Parts: sequence; structure tokens; C-alpha cells
Amino acid sequence: MFDYNFHWRAAFKALPDMLDGAWVTFETAALSMILGVTIALFLVFMRQGKNRLFRGFAATWISIARNTPSLFQVYILYFGLGSFGLHISSWAALLAGITINNAGYLAENFRGGLKAVPDTQLRAARSLGMSAPQAYRLIVIPQLLRIVFYPLTNQMVWAVLMTSMGVIVGLNNDLTGVTQDYNVKTFRTFEFFAIAAVLYYLIAKLIVAVARLLSWRLFRY
Amino acid sequence: MIEIDNVHKSFGELEVIKGVSLQVNKGEVVSIIGGSGSGKSTLLMCINGLESIKSGSIRVDGTEVHARGTDINKLRQRIGIVFQQWNAFPHLTVLENVMLAPRTVLGKSKAEAEALAVKQLTHVGLGDKLKVFPGKLSGGQQQRMAIARALAMSPDYMLFDEATSALDPQLVGEVLDTMRMLAEDGMTMILVTHEIRFARDVSDRVAFFRNGLVHEIGTPDQVIGHPQRPETADFLRSIN
Repeated sequence: MFDYNFHWRAAFKALPDMLDGAWVTFETAALSMILGVTIALFLVFMRQGKNRLFRGFAATWISIARNTPSLFQVYILYFGLGSFGLHISSWAALLAGITINNAGYLAENFRGGLKAVPDTQLRAARSLGMSAPQAYRLIVIPQLLRIVFYPLTNQMVWAVLMTSMGVIVGLNNDLTGVTQDYNVKTFRTFEFFAIAAVLYYLIAKLIVAVARLLSWRLFRY
Repeated sequence: MIEIDNVHKSFGELEVIKGVSLQVNKGEVVSIIGGSGSGKSTLLMCINGLESIKSGSIRVDGTEVHARGTDINKLRQRIGIVFQQWNAFPHLTVLENVMLAPRTVLGKSKAEAEALAVKQLTHVGLGDKLKVFPGKLSGGQQQRMAIARALAMSPDYMLFDEATSALDPQLVGEVLDTMRMLAEDGMTMILVTHEIRFARDVSDRVAFFRNGLVHEIGTPDQVIGHPQRPETADFLRSIN
């Protein structure tokens, strides 16, 4: 027998708090992407480099990040490090977890992207007297950016959704954290999480829309 | 002057150049003909240091190309190269393709580089395509753009690596015309080509490569008109 009465009004009252939470969620995801892209670039170059130690390090990072549940990655960073006496905040653990994950996946994307830019482009650039850094910066990277742009957008959306794992390590000011707080106080589980889901959906859609606009500006060819 | 002296080059176990010596003087046009795998394209790549060599030496105006102390980027500014697969930069317009190296390598101002690029592009007949992206051009147009791009660096030498091989037959003529124009302007050129008639018309000398060696070299009339060695004659017959 279905005897649940919806109480949307209470839930809507919480909307301002949830929007604040949504902003924290977005910020965390954006930061994890900036860090993730930076680390991913390092990983790609380490993996192609000559130093065996760096190559192994990059390969291990990518392999672990991609082949273990991201939930565990956050969990181990928070409780695992905690049991060695290394205490980091819930937010830092979440950020680090998502960043590790982003870096692993993006490194793979970038590697594929680099392969998709023909060697002959680098050759042509070098033949004009450009140094290797110039050739990469002016010729290879701009073409790479276009190839990895959509995977990058996907990863950003994915990062936003992954922030919801913060709640398991006690984060309470992101969208899921705020929602969970209201949930425990009111037991209006369905209403609060439905609204939160809509907010996540809107953030994700917004990111895709902005990316599309950006790609029209960036990629003229 | 380009001086190639007893150059050997291997890819792994495979030796593709087995001791080639060749001199190209200022203002000279030298064509290299020969079957695929004879080492002719590889030699071209070695001349501007895009490929390393195993032994021997290549000097451009006295500068040792493969010496450790040579500033290869500086040297490449004087040697233009045009590739078989034209290699346009797809993310830049035609104008930007040609402006880029003068701007970033030679440090010219934007206005200077643009004037230079417009001049070169007009010269190769692309004056009306400045704002177009290479993807919208035909192969012949892209190749002419690549020539303009190399010329914008005001090189002393131009190397052509089978510049027309990847083009549709009806587009070959326009690229050859551009190359002919350059030869008539007195540019020092090395052409690796399968266009025998063209080689005969524009070259001062023709070299026939076979198995990583210069098999026969001389004036076009000697090598193409009256080949002395049976392999040269066979090759010429086979591609006609």
C-alpha cells in the first residue's frame, strides 16, 4: 500500500542551502579538473620518457586510478591515511580522490589524443625552424585540445557526480552533504534527494552546454 | 653549397643509404629520381636534420648539419622543405599557416609577417584564400600553401620530397608550375620526384638512386636522355 505523503514545501525551503552546496560541489569538481589535467600532462610525458622510474610511476598511477572503485580511493585517502596518523579533512580527501581519478583517465585520453596528431605535423613545424617546445605549444597541443575536448567535458561531468562521495567521509557542505543533513533531520528522503538529483542534472547539463559554446569559439576549423 | 660526403643511414638493421656523396652548388637545381626504397627521400630528411645519419657528413654552407654543436633550428631557417603529404597546419588559416614561423622563429612583427605571407601566397596564386582553413582547399592548393610557408622563411635552399606524388593528376600541373617558377628565380633546389619530364626540364643535374647509392648522375640529357647504365634505363622505361 502506497501511503507516503509528499512534503515538497519543507524541501523547497532548504533550496538556498542546497544551492550553496551545489556551488561547493561545482568548485570542488572544477578544482579537481584543473589539478587533474595538470597531473595528467605530467603523467603522459613521464610515461613516454626514458626514465624507467617515472615510466613505472605513471603507469601504476594510471592503472590504479582506472581499475579500482573511486569510492575506495576516497575512502583509503581519508581513513587509510588516518590510521597512519595522517589526518586530512574530508574535503581534501575527496578532492585528492577525484583528482587522482581524473588524472588517470585524462592521461589515457591525452595519450590517445597525442597519437591522433600525426608525427608529420611535428616534423613540418620543426622543419620551419621551430624548437621542440614551440612546435608542441603552437602546433601539437592546439590540435590535441580539440581531440580531447569532449572526453574532457565528460570527465568534468563525471567529477561533479563523483563529489557526491564526499558524504561517506563526512563532508557536509557540498550538495550531497547538505541534502543528507536535511534528510537525517526530516526523513524526507525522497523530496530532498529528488531535488538534489535535479540540481546535479542541471549542473551537468550546464557544463555540457558551456563546453559546446566554448568549442564553437575555440575550434574554427 | 650543400656537400654530402659518404653518408650512411640505417633504420635499425636496414641500411637505406650506403655511402652517398653529392654536391649541390648555389643556384643549382638537382633532381633525384629512383625507385621507392632507394633512400632518396631519407637523404632529403637528413639534409635538414629531420633524420640522423650513421656516418659521413652533410655540410650546408660549411656548417656540419649533424654536429653536436650545430644550432639545428637556426640551420633549418635557411632550408625550406616541402613534403609529399603537404602537412598544412589544420587549426590555422592559410594566412596564419604562412605567418607562424616568421613570427615565432624569426621574431618578425605581426604586420611584417602578414605582409610577407600575403606576398608569398599571392605569388603561388592563393591571394584570395587567406582566411580559409586548409581543410577547405584542394590538395594542390594545400601544397602551394606549403611552398609559400617554406618560402616565407626566405630560405637559401628548397627541398622537395615528392611534392606532387600525393596529388590528383589534374592538380599536379599547378604545383609543378610553382616549382618551375622558383627554379627560374634562381632558387637552389633539390627535388625528389617521379615527374621525369619535369625533372628533365628544370634540372641542372639529375641523380639516379638505386639501393641507397647514387647509381648515375649527370645532366638531364645524359641521365634521362641517354642513360649509361642498364638499371637507369630500366627504371626510366618502367615508370613511363
